[in-house]
Amino acid sequence: MISAGIVPLFVAIPLAGAFLIALFKKIKGIPDIFGVFASGSMFILSILFLLKMEITQRIVYNIGNWGGFNEVLGKIVGIQLVIDGLTIFMLLIVNFVAFIVAVYSVNYMTRYTQKWQFYCLFLLMLAGMNGVLITGDLFNLFVFVEIASLASYALVAFGTEKRELEASFKYAVMGGVASLLILMGVVFLYSYTGTLNMANMAEIMSGSEQPALIYLVFGLFLTGFGLKAAMVPFHAWLPDAHPSAPAPISAMLSGVLIKTLGVYAIARVFFTIFGFPHQISIILMTLGAMSMGVGALVALRQWDMKRLLAYSSISQIGYIMLGLGIGTPLGILGALFHLFNHSIFKSLLFLDSGAVEYAAGTRDLKEMGGLSRKLPVTSGSTLAGAMSLAGIPPFAGFWSKLIIIIAAVEANHMKLAAWAVLMSIVTIAYILKVTRFAFLGALKDRFVNIKEVPVLMRISLVLLALICIFGGLLLIPEARAAFLEPAVRVLISGMGGGV
Amino acid sequence: MNAYMPYVLCMILFSIGIYAILSKRNIIKIILGVVIAEYAVNLFLVLVAYKVGGRSAIFSETQVILPESMVDPLPHALVLTSIVIGLATTAFLIALAIRLYGKYGTFDITRMRELRG
Repeated sequence: MISAGIVPLFVAIPLAGAFLIALFKKIKGIPDIFGVFASGSMFILSILFLLKMEITQRIVYNIGNWGGFNEVLGKIVGIQLVIDGLTIFMLLIVNFVAFIVAVYSVNYMTRYTQKWQFYCLFLLMLAGMNGVLITGDLFNLFVFVEIASLASYALVAFGTEKRELEASFKYAVMGGVASLLILMGVVFLYSYTGTLNMANMAEIMSGSEQPALIYLVFGLFLTGFGLKAAMVPFHAWLPDAHPSAPAPISAMLSGVLIKTLGVYAIARVFFTIFGFPHQISIILMTLGAMSMGVGALVALRQWDMKRLLAYSSISQIGYIMLGLGIGTPLGILGALFHLFNHSIFKSLLFLDSGAVEYAAGTRDLKEMGGLSRKLPVTSGSTLAGAMSLAGIPPFAGFWSKLIIIIAAVEANHMKLAAWAVLMSIVTIAYILKVTRFAFLGALKDRFVNIKEVPVLMRISLVLLALICIFGGLLLIPEARAAFLEPAVRVLISGMGGGV
Repeated sequence: MNAYMPYVLCMILFSIGIYAILSKRNIIKIILGVVIAEYAVNLFLVLVAYKVGGRSAIFSETQVILPESMVDPLPHALVLTSIVIGLATTAFLIALAIRLYGKYGTFDITRMRELRG
């Protein structure tokens, strides 16, 4: 049994870390130490929750002790923080990737000035993401989405060169509109149900006949969170914003931010509150199939390594959406497992692109060549990430894609299954382009004197690569029951009902 | 005068903001569009709480005020939060606009074309 009193720490520790970093910025080494320790302690805390919690347990914390009104008024007043299986699953992924990225940044961010600002914004973004995951209140979710988004706009512009500023402006305007649409959806829901608590809302929504206006609310939430998740046709900002950010931030944005603000929020709103109506299932599958296709095909013709990876993120988000849209337990299991795998291998690949840039000073695939002789750790870990992305057995990415495709076949969506297989072949094509042009072939003269990246960067690359190789082990029954099943159960139990 | 009129006007204001974001070329005008759309949503939030003849949600010792005659106070708290968030977004966008002007020497978005593909 674990006390509910430590739940707010998931937001409080990164916030305090950001504050202390700003306070002690003058002392050398403090930003690094606080950044690594804050994210590391979050990771340890989420492991603690994973080990101590019962499978169906739901930990609830009432902020400001406003919990007693439930008995008197019949509805929950005040903000609740809720931890259940899905939350734990996401918290583990987010905080693990954040920890790895923080360790990597200690060496990498010496390329930039003002390192303390980087760690400060990084921890703010982490606080926002953790807040989105643990909150049980819809307006509170909007507030945390905004905290994480604002920090990420600033981080995209961190280089303050022409490209970065332009990408950040585009991202900030589109993200701002997305937030407004989400807020409008929240207001509509509040005026209909009279509560902001998600569990209360779900009860009211499932109990009554729903007005036709509910479809407007569906549209608002789908557009708002779809923009944050960069699903096609809302993806225009991602290929600019993700490559422009510093490499560790690209890893955070592509690896976990679009999943927390986009996929997780969509799953929460449509599964838990609306009970996953049939129309949403069709829309998610269609958008997923479109994202898969557009992302993969455009990635084929990119020569900038990070831009290629950014388009690949759009395509992989499509797989996750497809799995969620199928809506069978197997489909959801595949979607969540692919979410886990994607956050690991995409962070790894972005960190690798950063390592190449750090050592060789370029991200253009045409200028590289033969780097595997000079950068053995980087090229080895890229290969592991690439194989996982391409879905080569026995790497982790293979199993999750396989589960999604099997789920599509079982649910009688043959065309979607065939499309997913086809797009995974395209995936192999574009990711082989990276390994072929960057690491194989003849070494160019200008790269003769480059050195392998510093040790902390190497450690984080190797750790992520190991998870890419052995991630498939999570599917053995014991590990699955502890890690994946509780998250799937939360989404399944929200289903039923609907419009 | 229709009872739905305020909501319709609110949506028209929101559409004006979105129109400005989509069609204007000047960065400052785009930011103004974001601000207008934001205010429309805030207005909508206050409208949801409004009740004809309603009064503020404060009990009094000298007169009897029924809870039914009060406006809903929660959206008023929410709209404050939303305004503060809007302030942060606007401040960030304007700071970006200043930096962009420093780099390009123009506010015209069509002349900022570093990113393609």
